Amino acid sequence: MTVIDAPLEKLEAASETSRNELSNRWASMGALIIAVLWTVPTAGLLVTSFRPEDDINSSGWWNVITHPSFTFDNYKAVLGGSQYSLTDFFVNSFVITIPAVIIPISIATMAAYAFAWMSFPLKNTLFILIFALQIVPIQVTMIPLLKLYVDLGLAGNDAPGGGFYTIWLSHSVFALPLAIYLLHNFMMEIPGELVESARVDGAGHVQIFMRLIVPLMVPAIAAFAILQFLWVWNDLLVALVFGGGSLDISPLTVALANLSGTRGADWYLLSAGAFVSLVVPLAVFLGLQRFFVRGLLAGSVKG
Amino acid sequence: MALTAAFVSAGMVLAGCGGSDDGGSDSKSAGGTSPGEGKAGCEQLTQFGDLTGKKVHVYTTIVAPEDQSQKDSYKLFTTCTGATVEYEGSKEMEAQILVRAQSGNLPDIAYLPQPGLLNTLVTQTSTVKEAPKTVSDNVDKWWGEDWKGYGSVDGKFYAAPLGANVKSFVWYSPKMFADNGWKVPQTWDELMALSDQIAAKGIKPWCAGAESGEATGWPLTDWLEDALLRTAGADTYDQWIKHDIPFNDPKIAEALDKVGAILKNDKYVNGGIGDVKSIATTAFQQGGLPILDGKCAMHRQASFYAANWPKGTTVAEDGQVFAFYLPTVDPSKGKPVEGGGEFVAAFNDKPETVAFQTYLSSDVWANEKAKATPGGGWVSANKGLDPNNLVSPIDKLSATTLADPEAVFRFDASDLMPAEVGTNSFWKQMVAWITGQDTKKTLDNIESSWPS
Repeated sequence: MTVIDAPLEKLEAASETSRNELSNRWASMGALIIAVLWTVPTAGLLVTSFRPEDDINSSGWWNVITHPSFTFDNYKAVLGGSQYSLTDFFVNSFVITIPAVIIPISIATMAAYAFAWMSFPLKNTLFILIFALQIVPIQVTMIPLLKLYVDLGLAGNDAPGGGFYTIWLSHSVFALPLAIYLLHNFMMEIPGELVESARVDGAGHVQIFMRLIVPLMVPAIAAFAILQFLWVWNDLLVALVFGGGSLDISPLTVALANLSGTRGADWYLLSAGAFVSLVVPLAVFLGLQRFFVRGLLAGSVKG
Repeated sequence: MALTAAFVSAGMVLAGCGGSDDGGSDSKSAGGTSPGEGKAGCEQLTQFGDLTGKKVHVYTTIVAPEDQSQKDSYKLFTTCTGATVEYEGSKEMEAQILVRAQSGNLPDIAYLPQPGLLNTLVTQTSTVKEAPKTVSDNVDKWWGEDWKGYGSVDGKFYAAPLGANVKSFVWYSPKMFADNGWKVPQTWDELMALSDQIAAKGIKPWCAGAESGEATGWPLTDWLEDALLRTAGADTYDQWIKHDIPFNDPKIAEALDKVGAILKNDKYVNGGIGDVKSIATTAFQQGGLPILDGKCAMHRQASFYAANWPKGTTVAEDGQVFAFYLPTVDPSKGKPVEGGGEFVAAFNDKPETVAFQTYLSSDVWANEKAKATPGGGWVSANKGLDPNNLVSPIDKLSATTLADPEAVFRFDASDLMPAEVGTNSFWKQMVAWITGQDTKKTLDNIESSWPS
């Protein structure tokens, strides 16, 4: 294990110095100021979401300090109102997001394993191709991909599964190149001796993958899962283009975009709507942030 | 890449079980006896036969809360034909309809809010079907030539008009006017005299807001269009749209200076909000609200601004706010009316699609829609629309303004110009103009952006 010991020591020394430098009084104050400045708009949004319609229309949120008046009406209108009801779209968002996270991650983990620890013809060429696919902007692929779906009978007014397949597929397709690349890099960090010794003990690829690699990969998988979850949850473009055809399968973002009404007269509802859609990603991030930080470090710091 | 391909083919397997059942025939009638036989209002629809179980997919820009009255107005259609309407409203529709047209994932019918979009769809994707005879007959009967022209491309008629709005309105407070003894002006000169009179009282007479996200500036383009219709007339307006005269023609400059005399006058604007430059940063939804506080007297905005007054505001001739027709320079030359509206484009000619198009273009629908809109906020230029079916005073005013025999209706010019100008440089340069750029430079810049 001496191979990785040396860089680790160096790393620890480096983090020690940076910790010292960052924890002096001025640095803390700077960080605090940045944090406050960064949070002010979000706090303003939160305050606005509890203000009555007239107040939102006529004055800025900071006026609550002098004229405090709060109401739950905006949330009632957004969640339970006969006209909007984000609740249905909330369910749609989950139905879209969960498969759109699980599908690319399971495929990418297996693909990354193959690229890292198996040998097959054209391995490097294929890997470079996948790497290169990250460069393709998704906007360029939209019309051809939708055309393909229409030709295959996956999109349109009579789409199977109500049209969810196209959204899942698209999110998976767009996520795979980066997922494979990231997970592959992480997998290369796993010491070769570990895999070697497992192989000597008679483990096959499936066993190595399931019992050795996947447990070691949990932080990286979780980090990517959070990233993909946030991306899919907040996505509007893919849902609009590929989910087109029915509002029955549209996620929250589509409902949010329509929330202000045909000519924007109801824009005061937007702050409440934003917070409704924000709750889930926030919970996911706070719940899994431990993995997120670890996973990011694992991918970025190389010995 | 191999994996991506593998995944797509896996998707094909998934899709294998889903069949498509739309083998609709091209004939106009679906056969059978129409469920609407003998029912009132169904006269035009029985010819399409029994459409029970059929669905018409409609894609529009009209979203909640305004969509409910649309859906309610389709009930008679379902009673008459048996077909149901699947309604999809999206504010992103104008961009998405082009994506869908190019990839073949089209609805049956779309309500296009701009003739320019119809033009693009027809010329670039050729997905729009020409209007069937039943629709074209209805439009000949119930709409003016001008409206039919806006639904046509290269002499072929595609899309029947649906709703309409009147842009040539000035919102004011009837109470404020009555208390001060101000009268609704009948000519442009009277309007300016009134503005001076109000300004002398220490109230800034005008308020305006031009901020509207990526479309910031459009309320200012409406100002210029309205002014041009009044100073130079409808013919010049048409030439200007077609670029038969350049965008920086002296006549346009004259109209813009007329607008500038109001909007760039620090004594006149921006009542209750700030100085001239604040127009650019005030949301158009909020531009007229100071009228309610008595800090501003007049706000030029379309009929649909009625929805922006806070809930509980009475919008009526004797209420808190109402609108008057933006007076013209020379009333003897007719009453120019600027406005907008939606057009019904169909992407196939299945019997249920044609039946629905026919229904929407009829006087029956216009009156059904009026009755289904208890809160107001809708009007049509359909001559068969009975103004008594309209609930709100402002809708009645819009309907009578549109139906006025002296009215010269013209569609919002920026909706008819090429996208490079109409939805880009025109908006942006008008914002530059209100924040200080001079008239000549503004018009020169727009002219140079006109696609050759």
